[in-house]
Amino acid sequence: MEFLTTFVNGLSLGGIYAMIALGYTMVYGIAKMLNFAHGDIIMVGGYTISLFLGANPIVAILASMIFCMLLGVVVEKVAYKPLRGASPLAVLITAIGVSYLLQSIAQMLFGSAPKFIVIADLGILKIGELAIGYSTIITLACSVVVMVALSLFVKFSKTGRAMVAVSEDKGAAQLMGINVNRIIMITFAIGSALAALASVFFLLKAPTMSPTFGSLPGIKAFTAAVIGGIGSIPGAMIGGLLLGVIECFAQAVPAISPYTDAIEFSILIILLLVKPSGLLGKMRREKV
Amino acid sequence: MAESKKLYAEDGREIIIKTDHLCIQFGGLKAVDDVNLEIKQGELYGLIGPNGAGKTTVFNLLTGVYKPTYGKVYLCGENLTGKAPAEVNKKGIARTFQNIRLFNNLTVIENVMVGLANQIPCSVFTSVVRLPGHKKSEAEFYEKALEILKVFKLDEFKDYLAANLPYGKQRKLEIARAMATNPKLLLLDEPAAGMNPNETQELMDTITFIREKYNITILLIEHDMRLVGGICEKLTVLNFGTELAKGETSEVLANPEVIKAYIGE
Repeated sequence: MEFLTTFVNGLSLGGIYAMIALGYTMVYGIAKMLNFAHGDIIMVGGYTISLFLGANPIVAILASMIFCMLLGVVVEKVAYKPLRGASPLAVLITAIGVSYLLQSIAQMLFGSAPKFIVIADLGILKIGELAIGYSTIITLACSVVVMVALSLFVKFSKTGRAMVAVSEDKGAAQLMGINVNRIIMITFAIGSALAALASVFFLLKAPTMSPTFGSLPGIKAFTAAVIGGIGSIPGAMIGGLLLGVIECFAQAVPAISPYTDAIEFSILIILLLVKPSGLLGKMRREKV
Repeated sequence: MAESKKLYAEDGREIIIKTDHLCIQFGGLKAVDDVNLEIKQGELYGLIGPNGAGKTTVFNLLTGVYKPTYGKVYLCGENLTGKAPAEVNKKGIARTFQNIRLFNNLTVIENVMVGLANQIPCSVFTSVVRLPGHKKSEAEFYEKALEILKVFKLDEFKDYLAANLPYGKQRKLEIARAMATNPKLLLLDEPAAGMNPNETQELMDTITFIREKYNITILLIEHDMRLVGGICEKLTVLNFGTELAKGETSEVLANPEVIKAYIGE
């Protein structure tokens, strides 16, 4: 029974990681950059919810998603777009800069002490010996819906196909009439909205938010994206779920639970030694 | 708009593409120097020349990949100089590539559907929320793409990944994808490169066929002299970025200067 509970909790946590990892992987696939400020969007999403909580929680969540969407687009326009064509290192450093900027702004506005943000207290579902939080179930269900919807969007829509086309060959896509800047903007918007949604589920799990909250989940989701093969959408989903399950099982065993994070990152290192392109990533063969 | 006045040749046919003293310089190297093309509606025009003569650079200038150092590009009298590639494509220039650049992770039909993107309206919001309009436009994309694949006799391969098509078919699919953007001018960059004689013949038939079916103007770069002599009406020969000769195909190919540039003395 305890095994099953841990497994469901793991899948649920993995669903959150997958949602964040999707943002990393889509941006990497399409704009060919690592957006290290992505994790901080989660934090911004969390604080935004707290501002709207007086109203209906659903309204607060939607408001937060829309705000993060706009923030993602603005960050891309202001910080990353001028660097298109610059060296990847310059873009990477800029992303880290944006990350610190967002953290500092949050610290100025909300203070550095953790803030309690209770969206809703959902209680626990008990079936016999099995006890699972309703929030866990909702998280799992929502993340499955999001993943299915995103997969359908990418596979069966004009914009989705354009995204695949741009990720594969930006030049050829442009010459087929695709506005690459617009596709990159849409990618940032979707990724940031998913990060905001992820913050909702984190708050349901543990209702506190701090300015540096986004760092660890951000890095873990990035790890998940790399495990799955960065640039691959199904890869990010599998990587996220895998990492969530591993984390919950590691935490469930008292002997190894203090080393949970270390175990997760070690798995990344081992996997990269065995399969450098990640689980579903494709090896790029250089033509000579 | 003084600049988008249609141009007509002496025989009354519309001039589709015109370049005016087109030049581009990379550092000290003049890759293309004073190229003046003038191609009439429905013409099949060839751009030939030895390796490194600047043929593909001319294509990149026409499609907005490079901005010319000097000179202008007019499509149906409209000045396209300096426009971004996506914009140039919307105005009506489509192209294929010397080394095939299909979207390999998409299927054959999806490649054509990408080309159709600007032909059928559908907003992102409609697709994300999956409003009824989304399903309708997707069906329209599929139907139109299938129609195009049938013209190119690729419909039986529609669900293959583009990467898994045989080489000759990939070349054909590139032309189909370009045609999906509904161009006025089609640029073909060495369409017969790496093809065997059978495939080349099939390609010549395809080019002749789409030209008649869509009444489209075509500019092609080619090294295969059998193909050039067989289907091109007019030629421009480039050598070291400048025009060496131009005119009717048979005259140009008999020009001693051209033979010298290609074969040497």
